[in-house]
Amino acid sequence: MARPRQLKGTLQDLHTTQLLHLINLAKKTGTLHIYEGVPTGREVIMGDGETRRPELQIGEERARVAFREGKLIYARLASQSDHLATVLHRAGKLNDVQHNIILNKAPRASDKALALLLINANYVSQADIIQSVQRYTLEIVYDLANWTKEPFIFEEGEQPPPDKITVPIDLENVIIEMIRRDSRDKMLLEALPNLDFALRFPESPAEKFAKGKVQLSVDEWRVVSFINGRNTIRQIAKACNMTEMGIRQIVYGLLSAGLVELVKPTAPDASKLGRRPGQVGGNMPQRPVIDKLINRIKSL
Amino acid sequence: MAVQTVKMVITGPYASGKTEFIRSISEIDVVSTDTKVSEGTYEATVKDQTTVAMDFGRITIDDDLVLYLFGTPGQRRFDFMWEILAEGMLGFVVMVDSTKPETFREAKSILETFRAYAPTPYVVAANKQDLEDAWPAEDLRIALRIDDNVKLLPCVAKDKEKVKVVLLELLYSILEEMDN
Repeated sequence: MARPRQLKGTLQDLHTTQLLHLINLAKKTGTLHIYEGVPTGREVIMGDGETRRPELQIGEERARVAFREGKLIYARLASQSDHLATVLHRAGKLNDVQHNIILNKAPRASDKALALLLINANYVSQADIIQSVQRYTLEIVYDLANWTKEPFIFEEGEQPPPDKITVPIDLENVIIEMIRRDSRDKMLLEALPNLDFALRFPESPAEKFAKGKVQLSVDEWRVVSFINGRNTIRQIAKACNMTEMGIRQIVYGLLSAGLVELVKPTAPDASKLGRRPGQVGGNMPQRPVIDKLINRIKSL
Repeated sequence: MAVQTVKMVITGPYASGKTEFIRSISEIDVVSTDTKVSEGTYEATVKDQTTVAMDFGRITIDDDLVLYLFGTPGQRRFDFMWEILAEGMLGFVVMVDSTKPETFREAKSILETFRAYAPTPYVVAANKQDLEDAWPAEDLRIALRIDDNVKLLPCVAKDKEKVKVVLLELLYSILEEMDN
């Protein structure tokens, strides 16, 4: 079976942070296209079979964000020019006069060629260009966190035009920052309804927390310092003197960035329950019964 | 000697393919409590029948043992049936329509609800993998935040062989649990 080359959905079903989490964890390469949602006049039935909402079809493209091996490398809004001169102007690296001259004299110059020209002319440094492109890319992605219903298509393998300057950015920090900016309590309550779960570090935490790789706030480090696989989120909140929503926001950010994992309570011992699973009548079937089921289903 | 009966539950969001799954493997015509979806409604464009109480399929193992497959109703207003159906189950399958991201959140919620009913093994079936818009199973795992130790299996509910794989993987999980 051929693997699909696209992931389709709407930001109503998968928030931007969830998409970035998926791209980060799966180390995906491709481009996320986000479109204006145009109502079709029909309705979509949600998974509960009852709730409905207007069906949206894809309209004009509003934004595109590119990724390489799970890192953010490029973003643009349809409503904004992403010409390098404009990016540098927005970052304050070029003044109005310089910006206008470049746009008039080299409106079609590729970003890479223009970058070389500007560096050689001592208008800007290489670091200026990298920082400006990075800032521009991040501003767009952070803005996407406020989009809540647009249809999207993730095209696996698609990359930005070759003349564009791409700056790889780790998504962990982007996700954390997006969550910092996103104070919607409802989403946090939905994502972390139970504060009685403990937290643990994923495998190879040293790699994830390597110096300089993640930039945590003081409060985030305080929470991290209490993670031992046994302390519950509620206990950590108490120790750090944080509100429930405050700890939810921090833990959700750490979870979304893959820096910590929830330790769910182990399922109760079936033998201690009033009824035992497995048999309509009551007793748990023995191994030979399961073996019989396996052999029968194989033979169907 | 009385015939021993065991049961598995097939659950999941509305229109995720539960009835089709049971129909593919059951040796009897599935005993459905389907009702016709009203004509002219949007539901009618999704499916023409919906389960209101449960679906019921059977696989005779031998003279002494029968496996029952129970499918839960997909619509939330019939969720009072879930706990009744979950009682005494050997394990459960959570069906997810891989082409409908708008149902992923409900699928996760149903999964957590059934886990709370009974500490039995379960697997997740990423259904409709034969359709063009299907999300790959491994992307679904991340989107639904399903632990790596839970089996998430590509599935096409109308394909008996794929259904067999899902049921066998559930049974292997049950054996593993017995061994632990």
